[in-house]
Amino acid sequence: MNFVLTAVCVLGAIALVAAIVLYVVSKKFAVEEDPRIGEVTALLPGANCGGCGFAGCSGMAGALVCGADKGSIEGLVCPVGGEEVMKQVADALGITVAIAEAMVAVVRCNGSCAHRPRIAAYDGLHTCAAMHATGAGETGCGFGCLGCGDCVEACLFDAIHINEETGLPEVDENKCTSCGACVKACPRHIIELRKKGPKGRRVYVQCVNMDKGAVAKKACEVACIGCGKCEKVCKFEAITIEKNLSYIDYNKCRLCTKCVDECPTGAIVKINFPLKKMVNTEVVSQESEVKV
Amino acid sequence: MIKIIMGNLIVSLSPHAHGTESVEKNMFGVVIALLPAVLISLFYFGLGSAVVLLSSVAACMFLEWAISKYILKRRPTLSDGSAIVTGLLLGMNLPSNLPVWIILIGALMAIGVGKMSFGGLGNNPFNPALVGRCILLVSFPAQMTSWPVAGQMSSYLDAETGATPLSVMKAAIKTGNSDLLTTLPDTFHMLLGNNPLGGAGTIGEVCAIALLLGFIYLLWKKVITWHIPVTIITTVFVFSGLLHLASPVYANPFVVILSGGIMLGAIFMATDYVTSPMTHKGQIIYGIAIGFLTIVIRNWGSYPEGMSFAILIMNAFTPLINLYTKPKRFGEKLNR
Amino acid sequence: MKLFTFRIGGVHPQEHKLTADIPTKEAALPKAAVFPLGQHIGAPARPVVKRGDKVKVGTLIAEANGFVSAPIYSSVSGTVAKIDTSIDATGYRQPVIIINVEGDEWEEGIDRSSELENMEAHPELTAEEIIERIKIAGITGMGGASFPTFIKLCPPPTAKAECIIVNAVECEPYITADYRLMMEHAAEILVGLKLLMKAAKVEKGYIGIEENKPKAIELLTELTVEDSQITIVPLAMKYPQGGEKQLVDAVIGRQVPAPPAIPVNVGAIVQNVGTVFAVYQAVMKHKPLFERYTTVTGEHIKQPGNFLVRMGTPFKDLIAACGGLPDGDNKVLAGGPMMGKSVISLEVPVTKGTNSITVLTDADAHRKPIEPCIRCGKCVEVCPMGLEPYLLATLSAFKHYERLEQEDVVSCISCGSCQFTCPSHRPILDNILQGKGVVMSRIKARNQK
Repeated sequence: MNFVLTAVCVLGAIALVAAIVLYVVSKKFAVEEDPRIGEVTALLPGANCGGCGFAGCSGMAGALVCGADKGSIEGLVCPVGGEEVMKQVADALGITVAIAEAMVAVVRCNGSCAHRPRIAAYDGLHTCAAMHATGAGETGCGFGCLGCGDCVEACLFDAIHINEETGLPEVDENKCTSCGACVKACPRHIIELRKKGPKGRRVYVQCVNMDKGAVAKKACEVACIGCGKCEKVCKFEAITIEKNLSYIDYNKCRLCTKCVDECPTGAIVKINFPLKKMVNTEVVSQESEVKV
Repeated sequence: MIKIIMGNLIVSLSPHAHGTESVEKNMFGVVIALLPAVLISLFYFGLGSAVVLLSSVAACMFLEWAISKYILKRRPTLSDGSAIVTGLLLGMNLPSNLPVWIILIGALMAIGVGKMSFGGLGNNPFNPALVGRCILLVSFPAQMTSWPVAGQMSSYLDAETGATPLSVMKAAIKTGNSDLLTTLPDTFHMLLGNNPLGGAGTIGEVCAIALLLGFIYLLWKKVITWHIPVTIITTVFVFSGLLHLASPVYANPFVVILSGGIMLGAIFMATDYVTSPMTHKGQIIYGIAIGFLTIVIRNWGSYPEGMSFAILIMNAFTPLINLYTKPKRFGEKLNR
Repeated sequence: MKLFTFRIGGVHPQEHKLTADIPTKEAALPKAAVFPLGQHIGAPARPVVKRGDKVKVGTLIAEANGFVSAPIYSSVSGTVAKIDTSIDATGYRQPVIIINVEGDEWEEGIDRSSELENMEAHPELTAEEIIERIKIAGITGMGGASFPTFIKLCPPPTAKAECIIVNAVECEPYITADYRLMMEHAAEILVGLKLLMKAAKVEKGYIGIEENKPKAIELLTELTVEDSQITIVPLAMKYPQGGEKQLVDAVIGRQVPAPPAIPVNVGAIVQNVGTVFAVYQAVMKHKPLFERYTTVTGEHIKQPGNFLVRMGTPFKDLIAACGGLPDGDNKVLAGGPMMGKSVISLEVPVTKGTNSITVLTDADAHRKPIEPCIRCGKCVEVCPMGLEPYLLATLSAFKHYERLEQEDVVSCISCGSCQFTCPSHRPILDNILQGKGVVMSRIKARNQK
């Protein structure tokens, strides 16, 4: 029995010494942490997805607490938890927060294989970043989608996929958390976060080509040629033309869809509108006024 | 792949030219370099060698194909030749009277555990053939350490076994009786593989000349550089020479470098691209450490041979060596 | 003969010097010449002509816009058709001046005789004057990078130039433009070198030539036998010997430290042989830079050749003059196969840096299928900058930019030796260049803070 006793004594002694050391160290080198950070972390979903732009939920919590001390947590949004969680967090931190509108990633290029003829064949590393560095890609359009799927790679929520037929990425609205990872990943800045709109209805210019009209049109059938018809027809001053490219401000747009009908190349599109007949513009504008 | 439409120019970043190097070329270079040793082994062990080598190569190729197709579900990579190399090297490291079922287990360990479980060629931290061999060595010590006597052309499982030079050396150290060493063959016989002791060792390590021929071929074809083999053999030679000077129970260094798996290991196993360091500086450190560990295990460990363990241990250090041995950057040394 | 070479890495691509013995021809004038405003490193030039203006050969059409910039001269006579955007080698649209060609009328003041002007005949030329004329003539490096030449001749105050090294290496496969230039205008090149030496106030000039051009070595050695200032340095064949830093190492045995150091920090100014010839013409003949020697080549091109080309000539004209594009899949390069840019369209014009138009066909045009990295270390062995390409490529694929910077990615000269030698045909350089781009922009942003 003697050896058992020895073993127990030795191990016990080691444990005791280790415990004392651990205790002393933890007291002496303790890092003061704002208790609110722990509280906020508990409120966050704990997915640690990084969609907010911070390293995990505790990182986000730190930023939220820091922001609250300065009086505003604007711009900090948890893409997973959404409004609900942000409201809870704001309550916990004792500040009010303007509820951000639901956003969704939008791919502003419609240069599918059918619309945009290939003039070269790319034979290098299969990422958009590399292709963008090589040159204008495979088509005559130096602005449009390259189709290698850097955005697909960047998406943590499986919300964006390349459509085999068109060769363009498509966003799954239900899965998109508007975290903006794809926006950052796209070397051509084609993807934009836009307001989701009532019933998911949106109107936007599906082109980012800044070439002159004739050149753009030659490169792609559905390019924006900067003709300015949409700008004239818009009653709400939502449309601006800059560098041969039309842009619709989603905060001003009332979804009247007049521009969609006016656009000679079909570069402006409407999403999630009832398919069949022309939408009664007045009704829609009233409706959207109420909702927006 | 991208579909190339006729008439369209192809674009990509530079460079647009490619040399003649390819994975296949390197792998089949190794296979060709192994041929002299294979032929010699057929000459010494006959049927046994043929059965072991063939079953090992076939098993490795089949497993590579089956695992990549049915488990990893991707394009089978048989054509790169790495499975053939692994199979050949595994076979070369086995005694010629090993039953086929043990060889199959060895191949499964080599390809399945040693290579494909890490993601296939290029991702394995340890040399697959050595993983197979070492697992067999610790699992089937009896079968793995009975060495058939050379010259029994038509026998396989029934081959007579005998003592190898390594077991003689081990016995001399254990008993402290240096007279035992006098039974060792001289350097010339060791080079040829003509072993008067009777036992010879594994299939591949019989004849040092054949292995050296392979080494010259590999150097000529620039498949490997001299750094790893030369540093291993030099270290073994120097270290065992010092021991020999210190005490007569340690064997003559010439015999030491020609016995056992030193040549096979230094030329073919330690130089495996995937598991050896990238820079020449690192390769030299790696080689010295392998040589040193081999002698330590041989002389003071419980196994008579330490080459395979030494290589596996250093495989584990390869990433660390890569991290700390950077090539000299341009501009660090000035003036001619 | 002792052969020098650089000390780290290097590869040996197949030579393919198909056009080495074909004398240079003058290329036909194009119907319309296209002049990109940004054909040099630095700020794009500013147009000084407008639509409808008449220009002659040698008329200034765009002026330098800032210190690091270069003026552009018309290479043809005719009318300015428009100032617009046009596709460049990469496929992006860049501002250009397009001139419709009418006749071939030259500006007065350009000496078109082939008489050799010696240094002795012009003792009045001072260093400042030579540099000024080089600047006005719009001369940029003609080996491919197109850095304005006069800036190289005015080193920063911390560095002192000791010698001029003429880059006559031409280590890229296929290209023979520099070789033909040396064979046909050796005497002029030597005068050009003398001018550069005078401009940089140095006493020593070297001409580095690879041993695969024995005739050029012989010819130039003969011409410089009695000249103690100029040394012809025969070099062993190895790519990328034509890289500035490699050449300095090979010729005078000094290694340029990591960026931002440049060759002049170790006392050397490197100039391409084409640039030296252009300097001669600018200073002695008052001829601005508007034509250059260009090789049009390729294994499947019917009649490859060397041409004296007016800048602005579209690639398609030159390729048509050589028998047109071969059937099959083609890759057309502005430059050689190691560092050339693949062009997206044949409308792209010849610019100051276009030393070759190389056409790769079928198997040569395609990359080989990518296999997994087997960590053979061959890329480390061949990297002329002593980097670890496998590591840089992986770090950049995984976006570890901080580590990438620590591993000296900015030293990469994008010579492509790593990718050339890779047994697994991995796109190593594609990855590194992308990562390097990000790291460079990060460093730039940091320096601005």
